[in-house]
Amino acid sequence: MSASPGQVCSHCALPLASVSEIINDPGDPELRFCCPGCAAAHDLVAGFGLDQYYQRRVLDADARRIKPDDSQEGLEFSLYTEEKEKSGQTQSTLSLVIDGFHCAACGWLIEQVLARDSRVTWGRVNMTTQRLSVTWDGPADQANDILAPILKLGYRLFPFDVERVESERIARETELLKSLGVAGFAAANVMLLSIAIWAGYSQGMGPATRGMMHWVSALIALPAVVYAGRTFFRSALTALSAGRVNMDVPISLAVILTSAMSLFQTIVGAEYAYFDSAVGLLFFLLIGRYLDSRARSRARSSAAHLLALTARPVMVIQADGSTISLRPEAVTPDMTVLTAAGERISVDGVVLQGSSEIDQSLLTGETLPVTVEPGDAIYAGTLNIGQALHIGVTASSSGTALAEIVRLLERAEEGRARYVELAERISRWYSPVVHTLGLATFTGWMIFGADWQTAMLYAIAVLIITCPCALALAVPAVQVVAAGRLMRRGILLKSATALERLAEVDGIAFDKTGTLTIGHPVLVGASSSEDLQAAINMAAASRHPLSRALVRAGQEQGLKPDTSRPGDIEEIAGGGLRARTNGEIWLLGSRKFCEIPEQTGEDNNGPGPQLWFTRRGHDPVCFSFEDELRSDAAEVVLDLDRSGYSLAMLSGDRTGVVSALASRIGIRTWFAEMTPTGKYDWLSEKEKSGNRILMVGDGLNDAPALAAAHVSLSPATAADISQAASDAVFQGDRLMPVAELLMVARRAQKVIRENIFFAFAYNAICIPIAVAGYVSPLFAAVAMSVSSLIVLTNSLRLGKI
Amino acid sequence: MGQSIMENLVYLIVIALALGGVGIFGLFWSIRSHQFSDMNGAANRILYDDDFDPGPKADNK
Repeated sequence: MSASPGQVCSHCALPLASVSEIINDPGDPELRFCCPGCAAAHDLVAGFGLDQYYQRRVLDADARRIKPDDSQEGLEFSLYTEEKEKSGQTQSTLSLVIDGFHCAACGWLIEQVLARDSRVTWGRVNMTTQRLSVTWDGPADQANDILAPILKLGYRLFPFDVERVESERIARETELLKSLGVAGFAAANVMLLSIAIWAGYSQGMGPATRGMMHWVSALIALPAVVYAGRTFFRSALTALSAGRVNMDVPISLAVILTSAMSLFQTIVGAEYAYFDSAVGLLFFLLIGRYLDSRARSRARSSAAHLLALTARPVMVIQADGSTISLRPEAVTPDMTVLTAAGERISVDGVVLQGSSEIDQSLLTGETLPVTVEPGDAIYAGTLNIGQALHIGVTASSSGTALAEIVRLLERAEEGRARYVELAERISRWYSPVVHTLGLATFTGWMIFGADWQTAMLYAIAVLIITCPCALALAVPAVQVVAAGRLMRRGILLKSATALERLAEVDGIAFDKTGTLTIGHPVLVGASSSEDLQAAINMAAASRHPLSRALVRAGQEQGLKPDTSRPGDIEEIAGGGLRARTNGEIWLLGSRKFCEIPEQTGEDNNGPGPQLWFTRRGHDPVCFSFEDELRSDAAEVVLDLDRSGYSLAMLSGDRTGVVSALASRIGIRTWFAEMTPTGKYDWLSEKEKSGNRILMVGDGLNDAPALAAAHVSLSPATAADISQAASDAVFQGDRLMPVAELLMVARRAQKVIRENIFFAFAYNAICIPIAVAGYVSPLFAAVAMSVSSLIVLTNSLRLGKI
Repeated sequence: MGQSIMENLVYLIVIALALGGVGIFGLFWSIRSHQFSDMNGAANRILYDDDFDPGPKADNK
């Protein structure tokens, strides 16, 4: 039975046009499935009475289809389960990342399915982070049993160690949020009381009432300052004990001095107290800190999510031939590991048995798989797309080449962490200057014969008026607005200083595959539809990227693969496909595999990979493929070139391919056949000669270069390691975000400079007034609030441009 | 008369602070019970009619 175009599988929504055997539901003619797994999953959902799921869900094109497969067979969830004794009963808890999460309905379905299991006491999906946490009464080894229905639905689950990856970030964010709440409460109440006090000055409030108001303010403000100011005080202390000054030093001093002096004024029954300034300052600053931390933690948690996907147990073959699954950390060299088809390899080793094709794109960025045979080396992080392999382990977990690269990256990142932010550079001399000024005011007034209390009052007025409120807000306010704007466009900023470094960039280096191009091959050139039809009938049986590209191309021309036609199809690793049809042999694969002599065929050195197709009685056909450019690549490159950036392309690919592509999109400087070290050296060289380069790349081979560049950017499809190494990640199939990011960074830097200029102008006017002793508390309060508001308003402009 | 305004003021301040304290307590409670950890989930869950309770939160925090 064949499907009409546009029909999709009722469970996983796979277009049925590409499926050879459609399964119909005996009960309902409306239901059609692409495979028995999907039919079973649908039965399971219907059996639970949860079929509303199919109406409720909204499919997400970016998420993996929930097509059940056996890729998670053998994964022992109990290895990751935590057992606890609670009132005499064993309770087990497991945290998992969900792969295949489309929308809230998926979360609902998973929760409902778990709720049908009487052992489960808690099963909750966090829809923001796409994680599942399950607790059940019973020992840990029931884990697989409990999760089985969810796997049958087609979701993949990956154990995720919350404690290790996230606890520190969550604790910090919670502390900020609580501080923000306390500061907000205190600021609102103290300001209300202040309004009464200010009104009292003109309406003749008695000293007793005013004193009481001050005491109530102190009662609210002092605990709030201690609680909400912790973050700043701690950071200031850390900086001071390391012999440095950061922005938190003047903030802490201003807050502490203001509170202390206000308390003193309250005790002696003086007219003015400044509690509102102290808590107001903390409140404003905490808003900035909290938003900033949230924006960045979102980017970081998606990176952590990706890392969890690669941490999988390993199937170890024991001496007696039986297999056990172990955590990757527990695998030692000289063990033999079994890697199933479709599985990511998590050890370094040598192939002992079997031959297969390995997708090394995570390591090399190359889209085409390589063939491995017994004796060939294999690396952790690569994907086995052919047949099962037995691998003799040479290194595992932290000893793998992958782990070594990660360590190199971390070292490079530390180097970049030493980059000094603008705000930091200012605060390095700002605090000594301000504090000297305060001291000079005090000694000056003492020398001119004022009593120590007056002198102290004036000195503190100087410190309050120069309070770094506007200055401390100048940078974070802009960063929050810019990060929010970029996030709406699908760009996640990971590093706090990325914007600043981006604004300094004068050159851009692009990787080719996956960066300027989308990263998967596309059929180019025309071939007769009869040939194409015959070829896709065979290709549909294979998972090789070129086969899939061929099938896709066929579907675009309205052809449907029919795998029943060619008969028995056999996939030969590293060669191609062989089919036996009516006694004839059809071959689809490499030139060598199809036994085509080197001279024949049109384009011998075509730019991209090729597939050959031979049948008896037909001329051999050559299908050429090319990696498709991002749709707006040429446009964006031209745009960036006009804006005055020097552009370069660094690729590991062959010279012919790279030069063709460079001339097509208009990049004049290009380098082909570059090794990862070559890219790294080129960038270091440029950095040394004073250039500031933005590196845009995706492969693991780009990762050292990404870390070495002044600032770096990765597409969201990039290798996990590259995303971890880069300062920002962009989503989507377009290159536009690169230009957008640079534009926003430049604007942001301009607004930051305006803010800082304004903060200084404010100080230049107010400091002399304060030193002369003319600052009344009302003046101080108004001037400070107005300066903060102007800085905030100016920063908000950035979101609208 | 003046005396009673002062007295009212004392009550009002205490009441205002108590209400504020309830607010702060509410914030701390909601942070502790993870209400801020899944904002998307809360927004979506309310759309599903079939209320069900996934059980008491296990004491793992």
